[in-house]
Amino acid sequence: MYDLSAVRLRDVHKSFGSVHAVRGVSLSIRPGEILAFLGPNGAGKTSTIDIILGLSPPSAGEVKIFGMTPRRAITMGLVSAVMQSGGLLKDLTVRETVQYTSKLFTTRRPIGEVMERAGIEPIADRLVVKCSGGEQQRLRFAMALLPDPELLLLDEPTQGMDVEGRRDFWRAIRNDAERGRTIVFATHYLEEADAYADRIVFISKGRIVADGTAAEVKALASGRTIHATLPGADALSLHAIPGVDEVEIRGDSVLIHSGDSDAVARRLLNETLAHDLEINSRGLEDAFITLTSGVDDPRATTQRASQ
Amino acid sequence: MTAQSNLTAALERVPPPMGGFSITVLRLEVRRLLRSRTTITLVIAMPVLFFLSFGRSSAYVHQHIGRGNMTASEMISIALFGAVFATAAGGVTVSTERTLGWSRQLRCTPLSPAAYIVMKMLTSLTLAAGAVGAVYLVALVTSHASMPSGLWVITGICVWVGSLLFSALGLFFGYLLPPNNAANILSLVLMVCSAAGGLFIPVSQFPHRYVMLAKLSPLYGLNELVHYPLVGGAFTWFWILNLAVWLGLFVLGAVWRLRRDTARV
Repeated sequence: MYDLSAVRLRDVHKSFGSVHAVRGVSLSIRPGEILAFLGPNGAGKTSTIDIILGLSPPSAGEVKIFGMTPRRAITMGLVSAVMQSGGLLKDLTVRETVQYTSKLFTTRRPIGEVMERAGIEPIADRLVVKCSGGEQQRLRFAMALLPDPELLLLDEPTQGMDVEGRRDFWRAIRNDAERGRTIVFATHYLEEADAYADRIVFISKGRIVADGTAAEVKALASGRTIHATLPGADALSLHAIPGVDEVEIRGDSVLIHSGDSDAVARRLLNETLAHDLEINSRGLEDAFITLTSGVDDPRATTQRASQ
Repeated sequence: MTAQSNLTAALERVPPPMGGFSITVLRLEVRRLLRSRTTITLVIAMPVLFFLSFGRSSAYVHQHIGRGNMTASEMISIALFGAVFATAAGGVTVSTERTLGWSRQLRCTPLSPAAYIVMKMLTSLTLAAGAVGAVYLVALVTSHASMPSGLWVITGICVWVGSLLFSALGLFFGYLLPPNNAANILSLVLMVCSAAGGLFIPVSQFPHRYVMLAKLSPLYGLNELVHYPLVGGAFTWFWILNLAVWLGLFVLGAVWRLRRDTARV
C-alpha cells in the first residue's frame, strides 16, 4: 500500500545556521491538486520546495512523496521541477538540452511532443544562451514534462518574465494540467495564485498562515476594514457584534475587519460612542499583507481561512 | 478515472539502470566540449609548443635511455602533461555547471552523481586523446624521437588512461572553487606539479636537494609509471604509493565537496 498523498510534510523545519527558514510546516497535498505557495520573498517558499525535492534535507520533520523519500520518487521519474532561474547549459541548443534530459529518465514522453506542448519547436536549434528569459523558462517546462511526472513543482516560474511571456507560460501549463497531474507552484504574484491554483497556501516567515481554496481566499479578501475612534473600547464586546471577524485596538482608535461592514457600522454608530468612521475595502493585496506580516500577532493568524 | 489509473501505473516505474548513464548524454557532453574552442586550442597547442621547445635539443636526440632516446622520453612526459591538463580541465567544468545551477537541475532527475562523474571523466578523455595524439604526431613528424614502434602505442595508451586519474583533481577543484578562479588556480597547480614531478625536466637532472621534494609531488608517480615501458629496469613500488595517496586525497576531496553540492549556489 502507498500513502495516497502526493506530498506529505510533517512538522518540517529547516535552518541555515542561525536563519530558521522553515518553522514547522505540516501539509498534505492530494494527487491532482493544483496548489500555490504564496508569500513574499524570503518567506520560505523555495526552501520548502527544495525540501520536497530532496535537494536539502529538513533539519527536523518528515517528507514523503507518494509515500516515498523525495530521492526515490525522483529516481522513479515521478517528480520533476521547473527552477526559478539557471539550471541550463548555455552551450547546448534547445533540442540538445531536451535530448540530454530525456535520456536520464526511463519512462519518457517523445521529445517532439514535449517540445510542441511547451511551444519551443520554433527555437529548437537555437543555443540556450541566445534564448530570452521566457523561452528558457518554456525549455525548463519542456524538460520537466519529459518524464510525464505525477508531481510537477514550479518555483516562481514566471519570475522576471514580461506580461506576454507570463501569459504564454501559463497557457502551456494550463493546457497540460488537464491530464490530472499534481502541480505545486511558488509565487509572490497574487493574481497567478488566484488564477491558476485550486488551493492556496500562504507562507510567511517559514510558517503556513492560511490554507484554503482560491474561493476561500477570495472570501477572506472580500471583507472591509472599519476604522473608528472609540475611547475605552472593549475588544470582547466588539467581537460580539455579528459580522466582526477581527478587532485591533490601538489607544483610542479601533480597527475592525468585517464581512458585513454596513451592519457593523450601523451598530457602532447607534449603540456605541464610536465616531470618525472610515470604511475601506480590503483587496487580496491587503489580505495578503495582513496574513503575511502579522504572524507573531495571534489575532492576525488565520488557520484554514474560512473554517 | 484515468488520472488515478495513470498514478497507479506511474508508481510501478523503475529507476534507470546504471544510475542513468547514457551514451547519448556522453555524446552531447563531448559535443559541448568541442564547442569550447579556447579550451581545445589551449589543451592541444600548449603541450605541442612545450615539446617543440624543450624536447628536441640535440643533446636529447643523442642521449639514449632504456629502449629509446631522451626525446622519446620527453615526448612521453609532455604528452602526460597535456593529457593531465585536459582531463583536469574537463573535470573543472563542473565549477561552471554548479554556478549555472545545472548540477542542481540534474539532482531533480534520476541521474546518480556517480554516473554523472563517470560521464564527465569519460568526456574529458576525448580531450586528453587529442593532447596525446597531437604531441605524438608532432614528435613523429619532426622525427627526433626514437623508440620501438610498439612502445609508441603502449606508452601513448598508458599516458592517456593514466591521465584519467587527474580528472579527480579537476572535479575536486571544480566543486571547491568559484568558476572564475577554479580553472586558473588549477592551471597554476598543474604547472607547478608538472615541473616538480619531472615532466618538463627529468628529475634525474634536478639538484640533489630537490629530488625528495619531487618524489613527493603528485605527478611524480604517474610520470615514472608511464615511462616504465621505455626506461625499464627495476620497478619501484613507491611510484604506485605516490599515485595512490594523491589520487585518494583528490577523490576524497571531490566526494566531500560533492556531498554539499545540492545547496543553492
